[in-house]
Amino acid sequence: MRWNRIHALVMKYMYVCKRNAFRAMDVCFWPVMDLLVWGFVTLYLLKVSGAVPTMITFLIGAVILWNVLYRAQQVVCLSFLEDLWSRNLLNIFTSPVKVSEFITAAYILGLAQALAVMLILSVMAFVMYSFNVMTLGFDLAILFSNLMLMGWAMGLIATSLIVRWGPQAEVLAWAIPFVVQPLCAVFYPVSVLPTWLQPLARCVPASYVFEGMRAAISGSHELVSNYAIIAFGLNIVYLAVAGLFFKYMFEQARERGLLAKYCS
Amino acid sequence: MFNKVVEVKGLRKQFGTYEAVKNVSFHAEKGEIVGLLGVNGAGKTTTLHMLLGLTKATAGSIRVFGRDIETERTEILARVNYASSYIALPYNLKVYENLLVFARIYGIKNARTKIDQLLEDFEIAHLRNSTSGRLSSGEQTRLNLCKALLNDPELLVLDEPTASLDPDLADKVRKALMRVNREQGTTLITTSHNMLDVAELCNRIVFMRAGEVVEEGSAKEILLRYGSESLEDVFIAIARSQLIEKVKVS
Repeated sequence: MRWNRIHALVMKYMYVCKRNAFRAMDVCFWPVMDLLVWGFVTLYLLKVSGAVPTMITFLIGAVILWNVLYRAQQVVCLSFLEDLWSRNLLNIFTSPVKVSEFITAAYILGLAQALAVMLILSVMAFVMYSFNVMTLGFDLAILFSNLMLMGWAMGLIATSLIVRWGPQAEVLAWAIPFVVQPLCAVFYPVSVLPTWLQPLARCVPASYVFEGMRAAISGSHELVSNYAIIAFGLNIVYLAVAGLFFKYMFEQARERGLLAKYCS
Repeated sequence: MFNKVVEVKGLRKQFGTYEAVKNVSFHAEKGEIVGLLGVNGAGKTTTLHMLLGLTKATAGSIRVFGRDIETERTEILARVNYASSYIALPYNLKVYENLLVFARIYGIKNARTKIDQLLEDFEIAHLRNSTSGRLSSGEQTRLNLCKALLNDPELLVLDEPTASLDPDLADKVRKALMRVNREQGTTLITTSHNMLDVAELCNRIVFMRAGEVVEEGSAKEILLRYGSESLEDVFIAIARSQLIEKVKVS
């Protein structure tokens, strides 16, 4: 892999974001809206139910971490879609850019966007709701890392499907996270799910991350590392599967002449 | 000294039951300009896409600089470039930004100087800070050519390079391509429907019809073979002979 090529692809997407207000909204607007809504729901619940404040703050923490996962996944897809939409795909794939470099650039963008969203939402949660996610310290770092890995894997799987089925499949860039969201146990523990769904949720790394987040907020730090290790193992498997799946779909697209077809 | 920059042998491409390219063989030597001609659907663009590794061949072999495109794609593409009238550079990037991105991809040293020189050569230096999406189709074609010449390619693959240009600009582009070929010894493989392009640019012409090579030679040789004075007449004769054959078959 050559850094100059990865850097060029990252630079291209940054230029796109600079010129496209809608891309900037993915970082600033939608996550902020999410936090505002859930933050006010939290305040309301605190007022009417007399619930334990720690329990309620789970919601704000969950919104912040969910956005990390969602935005990391989304930008992996968007970096491919931007080239598809602008008919630039052939310029990229007739250059010496390797598929692995293309994916690495998308991962770097995913990480950058997730960090930006995390920072914005953390500051906002602290200012508006006095919720300081940074008090989770090292636990937060390992939870965040696991969400990044899962976001990359989901993004790569969605991109693979777009590579194979073209622009008609672009809705997957936004839809895939919501397909798995019920199993991620973002706002509730896995035990709340019907018994038959719980084994499925146990196969989703994010379910361990959100359980870990709730454990961390409750002060059960020893549980966090257990959850994180399981999530990490699952993430490694899913990332490997996603990589192989992308390679297979990319070869399918080459076989069927689809890369050229999407740009004509 | 290895002179064959491109060597295509027995190339086939099947899309389901449709055979787009049937047993195509041709080559391009160092410094040669080879024109791929044929009606729409003759298999020219599919052949170019296989040559660039965008589409996988069903059978046959493609060697560029003596290397196999399937196994050494990255090494080959670092020495090649491609421009087509049918693709674009990201429309919300400025002209200069687009070229800078590709200069980085190709690892160009002194990228800024190279970009400025190409923009001057193609007379679009005044558009340096314009958004690419705002360019006219002629300006976009010239921008694509600037991108295609960034890495001083040893092989330049062009898909209808003058398709959207007026005669004056088309002439300038042809002259620019001939200068690159002459000064840098760049090998060019180009498709075109513009017979003036072909007659002026190409040392050798490969006529394709229904996925097959039906004629090959210099413009002069082909004109002699058909007893014609214009390549356009030869083009029409070849295209219509296909229609006649189709009628016979049905």
